[in-house]
Amino acid sequence: MISYLLNMGFPPGLIFIIGALFIPLLKGKIKSAFMLLLPLVAFVILVSVPDGSHWTFRLLNYDLVLGQVDRLSRVFGYIFILISFIAIIFALKAEDDLQHVAGFIYAGSALGVTFAGDLFSLYIFWEIMAVASTFLILARRTVASQAAAFRYILVHIVGGLFLLAGIILYIHNSGSLTFGFIGLSSMGSWLIFIGIAVNAAIPPLHPWLKDAYPEATATGAVFLSAFTTKSAVYVMARTFPGTELLIWLGAFMTIIPVFYAEIENDIRRVLGYSLVNQVGFMMCGVGIGTQLAINGTVSHAFCHILYKALLFMAAGSVLHVTGKIKCTQIGGLYKTMPLTCLFCLIGAASISAFPLFSGFVSKSMIISAAGHHHLVAVWLMLQFASAGVIAHAGIKVPYFTFFGHDSGIRAKEPPLNMLIAMGMAAFLCVFLGVYPQPLYDILPYPVEYVPYTGAHVVGQLQLLMFGILAFYLLLRSGYYPAEIRAINLDTDWFYRKGARHFFNLTDKGFNGINRFCDKVLARNLSASLGRFSKNAPARLTLLFIIPACFLTGKKENERAVLKKNVYAAFETASTSLGISAAAAMLFIVMLVLIK
Amino acid sequence: MRKELKIFDKPENIKRLLRIFYASLFALLIADFFIHKHAEFTWEADPWFFAAFGFVSCVVVIFTAKLLRVFTKRDEKYYD
Repeated sequence: MISYLLNMGFPPGLIFIIGALFIPLLKGKIKSAFMLLLPLVAFVILVSVPDGSHWTFRLLNYDLVLGQVDRLSRVFGYIFILISFIAIIFALKAEDDLQHVAGFIYAGSALGVTFAGDLFSLYIFWEIMAVASTFLILARRTVASQAAAFRYILVHIVGGLFLLAGIILYIHNSGSLTFGFIGLSSMGSWLIFIGIAVNAAIPPLHPWLKDAYPEATATGAVFLSAFTTKSAVYVMARTFPGTELLIWLGAFMTIIPVFYAEIENDIRRVLGYSLVNQVGFMMCGVGIGTQLAINGTVSHAFCHILYKALLFMAAGSVLHVTGKIKCTQIGGLYKTMPLTCLFCLIGAASISAFPLFSGFVSKSMIISAAGHHHLVAVWLMLQFASAGVIAHAGIKVPYFTFFGHDSGIRAKEPPLNMLIAMGMAAFLCVFLGVYPQPLYDILPYPVEYVPYTGAHVVGQLQLLMFGILAFYLLLRSGYYPAEIRAINLDTDWFYRKGARHFFNLTDKGFNGINRFCDKVLARNLSASLGRFSKNAPARLTLLFIIPACFLTGKKENERAVLKKNVYAAFETASTSLGISAAAAMLFIVMLVLIK
Repeated sequence: MRKELKIFDKPENIKRLLRIFYASLFALLIADFFIHKHAEFTWEADPWFFAAFGFVSCVVVIFTAKLLRVFTKRDEKYYD
């Protein structure tokens, strides 16, 4: 196996994962050079490997494929390697091996997912991805990040278990381990679908993303923004293309987060909601499932990874140099951070799909695909969400960070490596927007789509510019939601608060019943019954003897002695024959009366 | 430290920027009449459809978000 790997070269994912293990052993410039070399090696291998199944092993009568290379997996492989390279440059000066190792293993396992040819390998890399990414959140080393990481891994464990259960059922039913089209049909396929949906952050399963990403390190969030959701988009595109449910889930997914993003105070949380919104477009494209829609999905994932990483890098730079990232704390930073501001504006223009920026050449393919299918409601929803993007990611993020009220903070630009990383991503955003052909050439299907038509450019510009006008007028007139220090409830309430309420409710409910039964039945009633059964014969006997004493004129002290003697007689089972006979008689009378 | 930029602190620059912005809005409205439209839906061909749609959508998004805040807003320490 090892000789085979050496002959063929390692799969790109394993290059990252194995390479990561050597990082703590290296220092200084050698470490930096080694980290930059790994994506280059992975890229050369991916370019040189022809389409087909590679790195195949046999395990327990199943063929495991670590290198299923076709046009779909290849394009995701390219962008994952490219963004790793950029993110590593961004994180190069971070003196924290935990982040570097976690980042590489995370990116490597995303590549492993991308090139997995069987469901078993897919699952293994899927789980490594969840664990490695958790360390990028933990690496912030704050109380909030520890808690967020804990919630993050719990959600992903649940998602992973859904996936695992689905895979087992699917293999049991179909007998096939092949990672290909599945389609929603059986119980197993539904479980797989839910497992992927967790990673794709499809509402209502989305809040882990906006919860965890803002708590990650400044550099870790850049990695996080790229891999988990987009690898889920890839897996969804391979297993569930043309699933109608996804069209609607995707369309709602584009809309719901824009409202939250508008009122969110933490800029990286705004970007988190924006990420969910953008993946919604991709889910919709997968659901439509036509060649144009899949091309749109893949190209949008490609462009999105670049501009979302750029936005997270800009936000991360602000966090890095100021230690702050909430709207209420920052503002006016363009004065001393003009380059970061410029890069953020390029990212904002790209995500808003301004002509000449990358989002324009990719998102429009998905919306056009909805139009070609005459999905009127979906088309309107996607256009509405596009206008929503300009309001939150397009304007809010750069405006409240770099303009808006002057926070008085006069921070310097971030270190050169961070600026270079942002510069590369920004260049690619503009390059792909101006000249999308290289991207179109590597898409899964031949591209006939022409983004730059007069109608499309003018229509999109009208949508965006008049959206900006609305934003400006509402901001000036004071109707725009004010920046306030607050959080907003989302569906994570159910496991962050709801679970606690549920616990308290069940504690008070079931344990209350338990306590009641213990008090009333176990303690009081049984004790009473015990006392009653112990004293009943004596009491019953006295019931007849005491009136007789009154009749015979016995004095009070004589009655007391008699009482004591009767109790003692019953306790020692030494009752006189007369009393026993009287008690037996009484018992018979009672039986007759009861009958 | 390098000199601070103050380009957007000057009211005349903001005015200039707004003038460019309004001019571009006007140009976009005029441009609608000079382009060939290949609409999937009939309303796409209506003049200024996208301008109106963009404006109204943003207003709806912002007011819905304000309304949402009434129900969802909690103190920052809510979960602590």
